[in-house]
Amino acid sequence: MKKKKIGDWIIIIFFFLLMLVCLLPIWNIAVVSLSSTQAIINREVSFIPIGLNLDAYRYIWADKSFVQSLGFTAVLTVFCTVLSLVMTILCAYPLAQRHLEGKKGINIFIVLTMYFSAGAIPNYLLMQSLNLLDTVWVLIVPNCLSVFNMIILKSFFSGIPESLKESAKLDGAGDFTILRHIYLPLSKSILATLALFYAVGRWNGFTDIAMYITKPSYYTIQYKLYQILNSLTSVDSHVEGMATTAVTGESMKAATVMFATIPILIVYPWIQKYFTAGVTVGAVKE
Amino acid sequence: MKKKLSRNLGLYIMLILPILFFIVFRYVPMSNIVVAFKDYNLILGTWKSPWAGFKYFKQAFGDNSFWNALKNTFVLNGLDLVIGFPVPIILAILLNELVSVRYKRIVQTVLYMPHFLSWIIISGIAFQIFAPSTGLLNQFITSFGGKPIPFLTDAAHWVGTYVGLGLWQSMGWNTIIYLAAITSIDPTLYEAAEIDGAGRFAKMRNITLPSISPTIITMLIMNLGRILSTEFDRPWSLRNTRLQDVADVLSTYVYRLGIRDNRIALATAVGLFQSVVCVIFLVIANQVAKKFGEDGIW
Repeated sequence: MKKKKIGDWIIIIFFFLLMLVCLLPIWNIAVVSLSSTQAIINREVSFIPIGLNLDAYRYIWADKSFVQSLGFTAVLTVFCTVLSLVMTILCAYPLAQRHLEGKKGINIFIVLTMYFSAGAIPNYLLMQSLNLLDTVWVLIVPNCLSVFNMIILKSFFSGIPESLKESAKLDGAGDFTILRHIYLPLSKSILATLALFYAVGRWNGFTDIAMYITKPSYYTIQYKLYQILNSLTSVDSHVEGMATTAVTGESMKAATVMFATIPILIVYPWIQKYFTAGVTVGAVKE
Repeated sequence: MKKKLSRNLGLYIMLILPILFFIVFRYVPMSNIVVAFKDYNLILGTWKSPWAGFKYFKQAFGDNSFWNALKNTFVLNGLDLVIGFPVPIILAILLNELVSVRYKRIVQTVLYMPHFLSWIIISGIAFQIFAPSTGLLNQFITSFGGKPIPFLTDAAHWVGTYVGLGLWQSMGWNTIIYLAAITSIDPTLYEAAEIDGAGRFAKMRNITLPSISPTIITMLIMNLGRILSTEFDRPWSLRNTRLQDVADVLSTYVYRLGIRDNRIALATAVGLFQSVVCVIFLVIANQVAKKFGEDGIW
């Protein structure tokens, strides 16, 4: 191994600082959510919890509508992820086959939708005419297939040797069997990556709720968070000074942010080890 | 021909649902664009509503809030591009210089993470960190005797915060595509350069950068094509109603018009204008890239 030069150390330290920039804001929010109101008012709280307590979490956990929303979002996310994976596989597998009549046309038909979209209001009118407004389905179906994710999977499938498929064909296996018993077992890591993309997309989704949903029982965790962030204390009220209620809100808001963030922070490290490889494949071929 | 089709019957059956999806949820709504040229009436629906010609375009172009939203969209996206575009390239080149594979992995894991946080979460974090008195940054600044900075409440600072948060969220994630391009560079090029006595910067400038320039051009074209399009949740979650002058962009303007005020036709007209300008930008950027001997995206 080469001896590290001074330049190497500068780069190492640079990235160390950059990691701090990425992590410290989240750490700070976690600390605020665990700190006492008095300490926050006195501006003592930065990176170590002062007056450690779980009051904010307890208070939020006692809010029935928030817990209900948390459960709803979790179920919705699981359901959407499974459906999206199925749709993505159904779309990517045929298009990855070399001998498919009309493949080129279908490809263009699909990829065009990446560049041209109807726009927010025409989409809204569609949901209205399909009677999907204020239903669960409007949060599930309209985004159950992402072209970008499909292309990633398609290019992965294309990399699987054709010979595997041919020999199975000779044994009389149909395409569904080949997909299930040959392609899917070989694609576990890429499917895990896409599952993460879809799950995070649904968990984090906000726009479609703002557009299509008025029923509070269908508010997802992001929408709840948005409401809490903007009604407990708005940015404007910071200007007016430090009303006690506003600062009490600080640890509450921080705790709500944590509720929405923790599931992602738990899932992410497990799956990210797959996606450097997976996404790269898709990116290069694109 | 017939034999081929029946041999691939399974494949076509698989494609039925996905193609139906694209028709119903991506192509059918395009027909609703005609609403921009109609006096939209909910009861009559899209097709039976009377024609209005360019009435709503004229109305939009006569509205100051429209020009304000258009200007802000250009300014915020322009700043995103000028600042957010080169940073991932530089980071990717520097990441490639890290000798320890393990450290590189850790750095990548941490730098990608903000990409997975929603804008609502990021706005929550931002409201906390940038708060005028209790916020972490202003605590830090005042403890060194500085004056608190109005990150979220002053127009110019708000713009900086908006762009900075965008960089924070995406700088790591956007390195992926450049890192992929860097991995495919032939290592013998570097070895040859080392024998010739090339230093770190010489290698970056003369090997790495030229090798990834096709990727850079492609990304630049795609970004230019998006100069007038905005996500909705980022400006909406960070917006401050007092700073509408700098914070209202086309997506939030369309939302307020169409969904909040139910001015469907006018909002559709604005959306159509936005899409058309986006396509024009995309085409121009692509042509320019081809002129300079690059591949372009089509």
